[in-house]
Amino acid sequence: MKVNGSVESLDVEPWVSLLDALRERLGLTGPKKGCDQGACGACTVLADGMRINACLALAVQYDGSEITTIEGLAHPLQEAFVRHDGFQCGYCTPGQICSAVGMLAEYQAGMPSVVTEGDEVAAGEPTEAEIRERMSGNLCRCGAYNGILDAIMDVAGKDTR
Amino acid sequence: MRPFAYVKPVDVEAAVLAAAEPGAKFLGGGTNLVDLMREGIERPDTVVDVTGLPFDTVDELPGGGLRIGAVVRTSALAADRRVRTRYPMLSQALLSGASGQLRNMATVGGNLLQRTRCPYFYDAASACNKREPGSGCDALDGFNRGCAILGVSERCIAAHPSDMCVALAALDAVVEVRGTDGTRRVPLTDLHRLPGETPEIETELAPGDLITAVELPPPVAANSRYRKVRDRASYAFALVSVAAALQVSDGTVTEARLALGGVAPKPWRAREAERLLVGGPADEVAFRRAAAAELASAAVRHGNAFKVTLARSTIVATLRELSKEGARR
Repeated sequence: MKVNGSVESLDVEPWVSLLDALRERLGLTGPKKGCDQGACGACTVLADGMRINACLALAVQYDGSEITTIEGLAHPLQEAFVRHDGFQCGYCTPGQICSAVGMLAEYQAGMPSVVTEGDEVAAGEPTEAEIRERMSGNLCRCGAYNGILDAIMDVAGKDTR
Repeated sequence: MRPFAYVKPVDVEAAVLAAAEPGAKFLGGGTNLVDLMREGIERPDTVVDVTGLPFDTVDELPGGGLRIGAVVRTSALAADRRVRTRYPMLSQALLSGASGQLRNMATVGGNLLQRTRCPYFYDAASACNKREPGSGCDALDGFNRGCAILGVSERCIAAHPSDMCVALAALDAVVEVRGTDGTRRVPLTDLHRLPGETPEIETELAPGDLITAVELPPPVAANSRYRKVRDRASYAFALVSVAAALQVSDGTVTEARLALGGVAPKPWRAREAERLLVGGPADEVAFRRAAAAELASAAVRHGNAFKVTLARSTIVATLRELSKEGARR
């Protein structure tokens, strides 16, 4: 696998999750083990640019993939989360930010959500309703959702490349 | 997690042979199977990863239908322009399910074969005839708010959790199955079984049977919609869902498709309601009569009796919206 830009060769048993491989073998503790059952999104990482739940991914299925964790990101969303109080305890934050990066890429690629009106995803910034729906796979037990939303809205309209 | 062997065949023959062995299980995106293995509910000796098989495209069929490869990811299918324009209810159903992350992982074939979310199936300390035949059913008098009301038995009241399958049932989808004896085609509405005396047997598939594709016949010329009712606004399983298509001509229903989710052990095609709707007036009275007829056989428990009213209201509201949209055209 290529993890955060560096090639990593791992020998893992087939029952090891991608999350455990990242955390226990590579020391990347940014992705969190929240529920370990795909319900909270704290383990969200990017695999070949697509956001996934690393807890439900077997590491062997991502042989040869390019994985990005929060440690490998340098994205305006990170500062925006600080600026807008997008967290309190911070436990869900790495997953929130990785998810938001993947979500904005999906939006820019024209992928619809269930609240998308009409046949086309509107050009420009996603609406508040779009962001809330598309980020529903990331729970925040502190309830910092309004700050998270503001942070994403702040960055969404800007060119982040 | 209990140790298992992992194989990733690159051709379908090898995949079918590997999975025909006792204790083998197909793996798609892993969003359900990995979870169940971690809980000790699924205990395969060998996991056969099918995501390397060449079934990852959506292709045109003669006449305007689509052939959906079994390992297409559900997010890709929902975003496919042809699906969005020809089968909007399917795209809506897919996008109503799970989360963005899970849809990027989950495959179409895996969605068809996902297991129930009944809490007693997931809890190894509880009695569950589906998980352990003959052990009983703690859902009958337990927390059964999410459980089924149609097609249930005294052995099992678990609901089928898929959104996608409800739309596929309404669309007359056909599942292509590759087994040790060759390829066969199974209507989606025949793929899943009702629990009866054997809730542990959930589908018509035999060991080694691999779902390779789902075929959609040409779209019907009707307004369609998927409507889902759940305990929170997003990222929750359906209490009730409705996939409906309605064509109205001069106030008369000329075509009706109706399928229900969250209320039955399988994606529930509402054929009785359809029969009553077609040829009748597209009005509130007719919609109520059709919904009531479909739900007449409901067998409720203390915690899920509300689903009869909720299903009736959701069916009527969805049909009403579709008939109004038709009138505006």
